[in-house]
Amino acid sequence: MKIEVTVNGEHQSYDVEPRMLLVHFLRDVVGLTGTHVGCETSLCGACSVMLNGDAVKSCTVLAVQANGAEITTIEGLAQNGELHPIQEGFWECHGLQCGFCTPGMIIAAHQLLERNPKPSEADIRRGIEGNLCRCTGYQHIVDAVQYASKKMTT
Amino acid sequence: MTPFDYHAPKTLRSAMRLVQAFGDDAKVLAGGHSLIPSMKLRLAAPSVVIDLSGVAGLKRVTAGNETISIGALATHYAVESHRLLPSKCSLLPETAAEIGDAQVRNRGTVGGSIAHADPAADWPATMLALDAQFDIAGPDGERAVAASDFFVDLFITDLQPGEILTQIRIAVPAECSGGAYVKMRQSASGFALAGVAAQVTLDDAGNCASVAVGVTGVAPAAYRAHAVEDALVGQGIDAVADAAAHATDGVEEFQEDHHASGDYRAHLARVFTQRALSQAIDRAA
Ligand SMILES: Cc1cc2nc3c(=O)[nH]c(=O)nc-3n(C[C@H](O)[C@H](O)[C@H](O)COP(=O)(O)OP(=O)(O)OC[C@H]3O[C@@H](n4cnc5c(N)ncnc54)[C@H](O)[C@@H]3O)c2cc1C
Ligand code: FES
Ligand code: FES
Repeated sequence: MKIEVTVNGEHQSYDVEPRMLLVHFLRDVVGLTGTHVGCETSLCGACSVMLNGDAVKSCTVLAVQANGAEITTIEGLAQNGELHPIQEGFWECHGLQCGFCTPGMIIAAHQLLERNPKPSEADIRRGIEGNLCRCTGYQHIVDAVQYASKKMTT
Repeated sequence: MTPFDYHAPKTLRSAMRLVQAFGDDAKVLAGGHSLIPSMKLRLAAPSVVIDLSGVAGLKRVTAGNETISIGALATHYAVESHRLLPSKCSLLPETAAEIGDAQVRNRGTVGGSIAHADPAADWPATMLALDAQFDIAGPDGERAVAASDFFVDLFITDLQPGEILTQIRIAVPAECSGGAYVKMRQSASGFALAGVAAQVTLDDAGNCASVAVGVTGVAPAAYRAHAVEDALVGQGIDAVADAAAHATDGVEEFQEDHHASGDYRAHLARVFTQRALSQAIDRAA
């Protein structure tokens, strides 16, 4: 089936099988491998992307459901070679170790800060509860989001 | 996933036509957060998928003076974040906020959750406690069903083949009403090991003029705890503990799995009934 999508600002059309998951479409068809597949069962959040402004787990969305949509992946956050403040926060606060969860974490944090620019620590933990990290113990991720929140609101 | 044909109708009429034409071979798709996982596991293998998300008018959430209407395709987040609902009927956004995680709430729909009738889903308890009415479009036109007649058994509802749930209607609670939803989350998914929704209205003396309690996660289908309600009507907050002891009266079969035994779920149902009722009465006062 033919679909048209705008991925990180670039409008294109593709021919996909209806059963193809959005995450496989982004990785294998569009070639953007920043979005990870952790569990493929909607639990880990590694596959999170922005779909028309909403963070979604792209392993639980069909590519055909994104027909006509705007998608932002982790590759679309940095602008003109400058890291996005959330990415910078992860860099500065050691918000990652192996980095596997990081693209999804950053997308979840992006959604949170859009809806709640000055979240409390509890708000941050709740905002990223759909994302699992097996390395950091989360504290440095929380710090990274606080760093970004400060930078984006001052 | 086994292969399937995909249709994305733009109107309810064309969706209805597709649903009739393909019959049992087809599944309608809302947020896909129950259907797609089932299709991955091949628990569901429809040869036709009819995506309702582009159907005009099914996503609207309105809160009028008398009635709250939730389009079947409204997401959990649309209810969680609606500006008027906290003051009109706080039980709705409170329940929405308890579902899964932010990404799941962005995608999953209220109507999809109700139609799916997972025994551990949150909405059924709240819809029962709010005496919701479900509007259903079918081959012979529209019909409305009360929540109390809708949830039949494990994943079984009153929805008939060829029917689409279009809207949920809830009467705005009277003055001096309060609601609360209390649940224990299964820690990976967030689904309810047990969840209790309570909605009460107080009389001038501060006693319960009306009480409604919905329980999910405990039995094959969510149910109204009528024995609790009967024990509390006309009584005040002091009677809550005794009334809540009846939370599982009449339940013949308990949900039981590696997450929680039937006994544990029954215990949670009684404890959460007490907590939900106490909070609801506090909020009503
Ligand atoms: C990781 C994860 C965590 C979750 N946690 C929770 C939780 O804590 N609590 C909770 O309650 N739920 C939870 N869910 C389930 C989630 O809320 C689902 O979104 C919801 O149960 C189904 O809604 P949907 O819109 O995704 O429906 P779909 O998956 O699209 O459809 C589900 C079923 O209902 C049918 N259907 C859908 N819409 C209609 C309609 N309008 N008319 C007739 N039939 C229809 C479909 O054909 C299908 O059989 C979770 C899901 C995931 C993936
Ligand atoms: S890969 Fe999608 S949630 Fe884990
Ligand atoms: S940094 Fe390794 S999983 Fe999060």
